[in-house]
Amino acid sequence: MGKRRSSIGLILVATLVALPFLPLLLWTFSGEWRFPDLLPTAWSLRGIEYLLEPGGKVLVATLNSLVIGVGVAVASVVVGLPAGMALGGYEWRFKGVVIFVILLPILVPPLASTMGVHLTFIRLGLADTIFGVFLVHLVPTVPYTAIILTSVFAERPGDLEEVARTLGASPWKAFRHVTLPDVAPGVAVAGLFAFLISWGQYILTLLIGGGNVVTLPMLLFSAASGNDPVLSSALALVFALPAILALVIALRFLKPRDGDGGNPFVGLGKI
Amino acid sequence: MSARLELEGLSHRYRAAETALSDLTLTVEPGELVALLGPSGCGKTTALKIVAGLLRPTSGDVRVDGVSVVGTPPEKRAAAMVFQKSLLFPHMTVEANVGFGLRMRGVDRADTSRRIEEALRRVQMDGYADRRPGELSGGQQQRIALARALVTEPGLLLLDEPLSALDANLREEMRDLVKELQREGGYTTVFVTHDQEEAVVLADRIALLFDGKLQMYDQPSAFYDRPASRAAARFFGATNFIDGHATNGSVATQLGKLNLATPAAPGDVTLTIRPEAVRLEPGENSFAAQVVSAVYLGTQVHYELKAAGASLRAALPPHIRLHVGDEIEARLPAESLWPLES
Repeated sequence: MGKRRSSIGLILVATLVALPFLPLLLWTFSGEWRFPDLLPTAWSLRGIEYLLEPGGKVLVATLNSLVIGVGVAVASVVVGLPAGMALGGYEWRFKGVVIFVILLPILVPPLASTMGVHLTFIRLGLADTIFGVFLVHLVPTVPYTAIILTSVFAERPGDLEEVARTLGASPWKAFRHVTLPDVAPGVAVAGLFAFLISWGQYILTLLIGGGNVVTLPMLLFSAASGNDPVLSSALALVFALPAILALVIALRFLKPRDGDGGNPFVGLGKI
Repeated sequence: MSARLELEGLSHRYRAAETALSDLTLTVEPGELVALLGPSGCGKTTALKIVAGLLRPTSGDVRVDGVSVVGTPPEKRAAAMVFQKSLLFPHMTVEANVGFGLRMRGVDRADTSRRIEEALRRVQMDGYADRRPGELSGGQQQRIALARALVTEPGLLLLDEPLSALDANLREEMRDLVKELQREGGYTTVFVTHDQEEAVVLADRIALLFDGKLQMYDQPSAFYDRPASRAAARFFGATNFIDGHATNGSVATQLGKLNLATPAAPGDVTLTIRPEAVRLEPGENSFAAQVVSAVYLGTQVHYELKAAGASLRAALPPHIRLHVGDEIEARLPAESLWPLES
């Protein structure tokens, strides 16, 4: 009985998530779809051709978005992991101040700070480069990964490493064999978040990339204002794909571990 | 294999004003089990962590077999520790948990699996090698934690209240297991606990700590027969204290002249006697008393007696039934009266 009810719920949720994508899918494959018609009156592969055009801008933009996103995810975790360890695992003075400073980039409107960043980047020759865009994407992502990883470390017993040390593990081995595998799900989730934030960036990419670095959101914006629903729908589908994949993967990782909480979000209220 | 542990003048301050441990000096002989006993916050866990190398003492020395280890990191100390929580590595199987210390020390594979099997058998958990910690009960987890520590054949075994998170039945069972394993392996063991009964049952010697200071270090029976201080006596349930003045051989008190089997040094003295040593009969050291209250405890009845303005507690077998208001003759046997050093 309960099983059946929960599967009905699952279908309902899946439908609600999938429904908005239906018009996008129809538009992508439509040749002609005018106002009173419920369905397109003619079909075409124009949208798909646009996406897959060899050497075309969609492929380039997707590749740019992927490279920047993966780079940002890795770099944010590399920076956020020690921060999370220090903030979540230990008690020390002025911790609140440090948390505030780490959160500042998401409290200050990115537009304001990016103006200054832009000037500096021009001087350093980083403006209009993929590397510059990668760097500026770290501004909003690092606070998130740091905070997610802080809650991960706050939730776990900090003395697992002490046990490892008394069993003959050096500090590095304790980190490598105990800490890292234990926080791996949280790290994965933090990385996914960073990737998604980078993937969705428009303003920062536009300002620092200066139109030279074209990512998917930039194509999507121009397509959306270009009055061709077929192209913008096709792009929107590609744009949504990683988010859906990420959600599925994250849900697997977020599944509570045996017994106590493996859910990195449980502790968010604690910091 | 088992080591001799010496602590000398060990002190630890967490912050300038907070002294967790002050001037602790004691020796644990090879193969001996010493309980560090005291109320929470008395510094016993601090002492244990210093021995393990997880904390650095503010001053003082830790010697293992005569060699100072204060500068040695924990992984090089061969001191395995079991904590209050089992703290099993959640991402590893039981087998990987138990084998962790061997892997870290580079023991070869064949030897490792043989020793893991052996350790699991000793804690009666053979057959659980492939389980995850989350699938085990609290008691089973603590057994695995014990196996994980013992498999490395530690020179020192450090136990930080390993039984206090378990419920009563399990606690007794685990207590016996710990004792058995310790005897078999002959590990030099330091056992931290706040439970005086646990300390008495397990330990060869008990170190009683209050506020970071060592109060008394002796065999369990000494804490009953000849406590070093009023606080030590009270911690072990002796609640009767009688002030008096000692002159050669006897002590003048409110209750009259009391004779002692152990003569007290002349001068002001406080005598103590355990409630269960109080007798209801005339004779040496006897006086008239009145029953003020009676609490029935099943195997014992606890009475409060009033005599010459002094208040005394007596614990008597339940077949002697006294009632509130009864006038009786009470006696404090000379061999049970102990003069406290003031």
